[in-house]
Amino acid sequence: MSDVQFRFRDDEPVSDPAVTVDSFADQTNATAVRVEPSDDARELLPYLDRLRLIEVNFPAFTDGRGYSSARVLREAGFDGEIRAVGEVTIDMLSHMRRCGFDAFAPEQSLNPADAQAAFDRWSDVYQATADGRQPIWAKRHPV
Amino acid sequence: MYKYDNYDQQMVDTRVEEFRDQVRRRLTGELSEEQFRPLRLQNGLYLQLHAYMLRVAVPYGTLSSAQMRLLGDIADKYDRGYGHFTTRQNIQYNWIKLEETPDLLADLAKVEMHAIQTSGNCIRNISSDQYAGAAADEIIDPRPYAELLRQWSSFHPEFLTLPRKFKICVIASETDRAAMRLHDIGIKMVRNAAGEIGAQFYVGGGMGRTPMIGPMIREFVPLDQLITYSEACLRVYNRYGRRDNKYKARIKILVHELGKEEYTRQVEEEFAHLMTQGIEPPIAELERIKIYFVDPAYDTAASDELDLSDPDFRLWVERNTEGHKQAGYVIATVSLKPVGGIPGDASADQIRLMADLARDYSFDELRVTHAQNIVFPHVRKADLYTVWQALDAADLGTPNLDTIGDIIACPGLDYCSLANARSIPVAQKISERFAAKQEEIGEMKLKISGCINACGHHHAGHIGILGVDRKGKENYQLLLGGSEGADTSLGQITGPGFDEDGIVNAVEKATEVYLDKREQGERFLDTYRRIGMAPFKEALYG
Repeated sequence: MSDVQFRFRDDEPVSDPAVTVDSFADQTNATAVRVEPSDDARELLPYLDRLRLIEVNFPAFTDGRGYSSARVLREAGFDGEIRAVGEVTIDMLSHMRRCGFDAFAPEQSLNPADAQAAFDRWSDVYQATADGRQPIWAKRHPV
Repeated sequence: MYKYDNYDQQMVDTRVEEFRDQVRRRLTGELSEEQFRPLRLQNGLYLQLHAYMLRVAVPYGTLSSAQMRLLGDIADKYDRGYGHFTTRQNIQYNWIKLEETPDLLADLAKVEMHAIQTSGNCIRNISSDQYAGAAADEIIDPRPYAELLRQWSSFHPEFLTLPRKFKICVIASETDRAAMRLHDIGIKMVRNAAGEIGAQFYVGGGMGRTPMIGPMIREFVPLDQLITYSEACLRVYNRYGRRDNKYKARIKILVHELGKEEYTRQVEEEFAHLMTQGIEPPIAELERIKIYFVDPAYDTAASDELDLSDPDFRLWVERNTEGHKQAGYVIATVSLKPVGGIPGDASADQIRLMADLARDYSFDELRVTHAQNIVFPHVRKADLYTVWQALDAADLGTPNLDTIGDIIACPGLDYCSLANARSIPVAQKISERFAAKQEEIGEMKLKISGCINACGHHHAGHIGILGVDRKGKENYQLLLGGSEGADTSLGQITGPGFDEDGIVNAVEKATEVYLDKREQGERFLDTYRRIGMAPFKEALYG
């Protein structure tokens, strides 16, 4: 398993081994799970309070299902770590942050300067997501 | 038309810098071609047969004269003096150098333009009715809704790696001039029984290998739920659209395989959830955008008279202009289909001339049509003769809108690495063959694609031509009876294909059957629908 290269959390990193979604329900002591692109993240919703880490795997960077998985989990109130693993590349980082990922363990370690530039790229955003950033339309129409 | 505020400008400027950085990483080898490919595609940059091609977005087909002029300048500065207007209401340049692309994008950004998401597996440029804001039959201008969707879909973090490309169209007239039901999402703005404006959603249309007409999944989405409903449609697709086979990855296949009812049920469930998430911009945002689309300051005393004593002018007026909602004005279409020309091509000088004419005679506005022509949406009748003379002198006065010479064609094997056959030479031969007969044949939509991906919309042509590769030779199949209007239908293949000259002859035979069998007032399409395929087959193969 690759190391966590970037993490945006203050709590202790979780090192528990992640189990698959289909075996998770039966392992009542598991605190970490790995979501594959074909898994339905909604199956985890009943168990969110005992989960500390959800890894979302990107076997190929061109398969975008993991972005939806992360948002589904955040929208349901999950506040543990959501870690992107697999083929995670520089140009995905800012979009992943927006979808709720707060840790990144790329298979191939990324150039730190390029990664930092990517995280800092967008000073404003058009959409509301669960990342808490105020979208442009909200700034245009302050309440 | 819409004007960027500081936020919009910042987004586009940031994108230029991001792309500049991506190109740098590609040129230093930090990014492999495989990694770079989806990134450049999301910026409209294709690697074609001979060079890079850049597709520049023209959101919902609307341009200012300053933007149009810059498109001409770019053709000179970065290309070989030409631009190619496309069926997606965009413009493409066919001879672009990768290392110059960031500077080109920076030039575009100065006039509020970009190439964001003009390709790739993401939400593409939003298309619309080319007569929006001017048409006599629209219930409201559809472009503010398209602009709202443009902003929402730009860099949407969840939907940048969809199973496949995703095209959205917004119209607001009963007459569909934008092939709305052949889009992944087609939205028709409607008025409900209570008199409120809302959005009717059609999902799962498309052309390509498996053409489908999108079914309606929601009769009325209120305006304060438009983004949320769109997001629900996309999320269901992103999660469940097929990724095992790129030819089955469009949303039309998902809707077809799940069935319209089950897809709709899933969307409604997702929608109910997303309504709790506060992702919808306030109505005040829509109102802010709408201000940019108020009617221009029409001359309400403008005369409705038109001097048609010049017979050439008269022909052009009859063919290429359309009634305007404002008395004293017309909508004028510039045909980019001169006899024997390349459909959709315009030289840098022609582009700049059209920009000047729009500035002086059309309230600074132009439109690109999905039929690869240019529209001056608001021309005073009193100015029309002047406009026509200037166009005619620049070889832009061809009076052939919606006739057999007004051919839609993809770039085909002359440029495209996906094509199986050339489209342009076939279009040129047909254009030449029928130049003298186009008036007699009347309304005709002839569309040519150089492969089954159907960029030339051949399924939706009254006459469609599909180029295929048959044992190493270019071969052309003929389709009849397609339509993209409110009466959308898909063309049917007549039978075995033809070679390049054979297909031109076959088109001629099909038109002869029509001329022989037509009844009073019938268009080609009407006659075909009445008499069916058999008489055409008999003439072609009998």
